[in-house]
Amino acid sequence: MECGIVSYGAYIPRHRISVKEIARIWNEDGDGLSKGLNVIEKSIPGFDEDTATISVAAARNALVRCSVNPKDIGAVYVGSESHPYAVKPTGTILAEAIGATPNSMVADLEFACKAGTAGMQMCMGLVKSGMIKYGLAVGADTSQGAPMDPLEYTASAGGAAFIIGAENVIAKINKTLSFTTDTPDFWRREGQTYPRHGGRFTGEPAYFRHITSCAKMLFEAAGTKPTDYQYAIFHQPNGAFPSKVGKTLGFTPEQLKPGLIVPYIGNTYSGAVPVGLSAVLDVANPGERIFVVSYGSGAGSDGFDITVTDEILKLRRDAAPSVKQYVDRKKNVDYAIYAKMRGKIRMAGE
Amino acid sequence: MTVPRFWREIPQRYNLIGSKCGSCGTVDFPPRTICPHCRRKSIGKMEDIKLSGKGEIVSYSIVREAPEGFEIQVPYAMALIKLDDGPTLTAQIVDCELEEVKIGARVEAVFRRIQEESKSGVIYYGYKFQLAMPQVK
Repeated sequence: MECGIVSYGAYIPRHRISVKEIARIWNEDGDGLSKGLNVIEKSIPGFDEDTATISVAAARNALVRCSVNPKDIGAVYVGSESHPYAVKPTGTILAEAIGATPNSMVADLEFACKAGTAGMQMCMGLVKSGMIKYGLAVGADTSQGAPMDPLEYTASAGGAAFIIGAENVIAKINKTLSFTTDTPDFWRREGQTYPRHGGRFTGEPAYFRHITSCAKMLFEAAGTKPTDYQYAIFHQPNGAFPSKVGKTLGFTPEQLKPGLIVPYIGNTYSGAVPVGLSAVLDVANPGERIFVVSYGSGAGSDGFDITVTDEILKLRRDAAPSVKQYVDRKKNVDYAIYAKMRGKIRMAGE
Repeated sequence: MTVPRFWREIPQRYNLIGSKCGSCGTVDFPPRTICPHCRRKSIGKMEDIKLSGKGEIVSYSIVREAPEGFEIQVPYAMALIKLDDGPTLTAQIVDCELEEVKIGARVEAVFRRIQEESKSGVIYYGYKFQLAMPQVK
């Protein structure tokens, strides 16, 4: 059975803070950091935004582009590491806000930065087994980096939603597989505000090992090589890592560029690969092939071999804002406003 | 607001579900159980209707002294919005500069956090509005 993406939608909050501005506070070399990370600025959620509101905005953008009846969505999965509640699902808020209740399976997922792609795989299984007609998978985050921590320069907010189904598929998922090990490179304990990480340990044994292993498995399973693809999207905790892993695997900067959004909005964690994939679907043509590998600390990678179909020409892509439109719609703020927006200032009574 | 009251209002707060009189066609928001024009004639004829969430600013005010829970957001704009479907409602205008809030400006509904009971309490979500993206204009 053919199965894949029926529609997609992304959302990025409006406010930004530059790497240079954050570096100014901590007396670091802003230009050097910005260049080294290949990140200019990162998005900040508004006072009234969280993973639930970002998920709803992205999902509504996906729905407005297609003719799917929300009542036909039989599963709703929200992948995030910043669900608004510790106990109470984000998925129920999303399902209610798009009209997919009450006959739907709903659950929140968490797998660091790859919970969104894990949701896509789960929806594929349910669609292919015939249990549901459509599934909605969302990857969204309002990630937190501790002040002065290297992650503070990139931890941002955003997300994207994918309707997975077997009819009117705009991008067929030919193959998906995962590479998973127990690798504690990044974590956040219950009740803790900020995550912790293993510093350089997050590189070679974590990000690079999982992505390259997953990518090689996917090449073998799909019988493909880098030159078979027009686009390649890798998890983008910063702009340097995906460029390096892409080069190692044999992809060119031209294949990576359309889906590399992190330099302008930072690392949207569970939203990172989904937003990159949305940016590629904004411009992709029928017959083009997309290579996708996400990465979630802890650790694992989900790989997808995708072919864009003729159906994409029938999708009302212009009915919702493109990723580029959201990237361009921005307002920069200084560190003081950023600290206020992210609740980093301790108020009276707290 | 109590949790049950918020829960009862979820359809209108999340999805702008209003009511339409089956007798005279008047659309109301928030939804009514009886049409204010047709009164008894409308009994049993009131239908739920999902409003488009698109409209125009009729008037607005800039809030500089906010009620409890909204202090951190000042200054912000509250506007009377005439929806394309008919009803007029009051909502916060977000994600723009205050100078951009003008009478006649096209706006569209967005889904946002409205309030929270406390740091450990329930979060209330609902509609706010933003200046319409090009797709809506």
